[in-house]
Amino acid sequence: MQACRLIAHDLACRRGDRLLFRGLSLSLSAGEALQVAGANGVGKSSLIRILAGLLGPYAGTVERSGMAGLVDDRHALDPQLPLGRALAFWQRIDRPAEHAASRLGLQDLLDVPVRYLSTGQKKRAALARLIGQGAPIWLLDEPLNGLDTDAARLAETLAAEHCAGGGICVVASHQPFALPALKRLDLAGFAA
Amino acid sequence: MNGALVTLLRRDIAMLVLGRRSGAVLPILFFLSVAMLFPFAIGPDPALLARTGGGVIWVAALLAAILPLDRLVEPDIELGFFDQWALRELSEEWTVAVRVLAHWLSFGPPLMLASLPAAALLGLDGQALRTVELGLLAGTPGLAALGVTVAALTAGLRGGTALAGLLVIPLAVPLLVFGAGSLAPGGESGIALTGAVSLVLLAVAPFAAGAAIRSARG
Repeated sequence: MQACRLIAHDLACRRGDRLLFRGLSLSLSAGEALQVAGANGVGKSSLIRILAGLLGPYAGTVERSGMAGLVDDRHALDPQLPLGRALAFWQRIDRPAEHAASRLGLQDLLDVPVRYLSTGQKKRAALARLIGQGAPIWLLDEPLNGLDTDAARLAETLAAEHCAGGGICVVASHQPFALPALKRLDLAGFAA
Repeated sequence: MNGALVTLLRRDIAMLVLGRRSGAVLPILFFLSVAMLFPFAIGPDPALLARTGGGVIWVAALLAAILPLDRLVEPDIELGFFDQWALRELSEEWTVAVRVLAHWLSFGPPLMLASLPAAALLGLDGQALRTVELGLLAGTPGLAALGVTVAALTAGLRGGTALAGLLVIPLAVPLLVFGAGSLAPGGESGIALTGAVSLVLLAVAPFAAGAAIRSARG
């Protein structure tokens, strides 16, 4: 994995006519992990989307070297397709070295249409898609939502392995997320 | 990049042409029903039908192209596909261009095929049918580009589908004027003008729709 960096400088985010946060800077290099915490509506998801480059910041700059992979509540899996074929679409684009479906306990669900999967199963499928993407920067927006205890531990293990392999992991969650050397950023401190 | 675009095209075709997102044949059935209803409404006078039939085919084609607008762009924004493509540096311009091609395949060639029975129902002669087919070949790519652009502009708006239909109709007027105009005696150059309008729409669509999708993100 190439050396990756994620630097944000003096970010501000505006939604509608409300300034959610301002003056936020962060710097992450290979192997580091950050948890973005804060109450509902404080701007965690917006920060993740700004870091992904999907949303323009109201002020400030984001520097990213390395591709970003995003898992949020939109899983980008065709609901009417069987899970195996929905994941195969991303495998044809990402050309992963290994298929992560069995690692996430999805091997028995590959024939099931995505729309019949539970929230947690879809989240596991999205994590499989993320692993297949091979992106060095992981941006996880509420990754534990809907996951049962075992799957939640597995998600933490995967994130820990990703960081140990030289990746960056940013987790936006109000729940505790167990990662070694996890830095913590409380968005409430940057509220405008 | 090219491999990814081929993969996108295969998914778009499976979705729009083969009807994974349901209703791929509806526009064609709608088109044929209009062609069938028209003689009932204005009476079976062959001269009148032959004179107006080409125009009816064009109006029916335009209306049929409006039907699939709601499933062109919005579902993929809602499902997060455009976000994931953007993260993989597949720009919206490219994904939209692929979508225009798939959308055209889903209704252009089928409409041209369905024009054969429609022409028979309306009593068009061989010459008029040839002009209609050439005109549709020149005009439907422009309709496809317009459809995807308007679908991207209205994605996520309340009542977006109805609004999309209303927006497409005035913007498609040049295509209709030149396309149906080519059926008038001495109007053959209308086909070239229809093609020209189509090319302009095709050139603008990826950038306009791409910008619309980016700005809808939030």
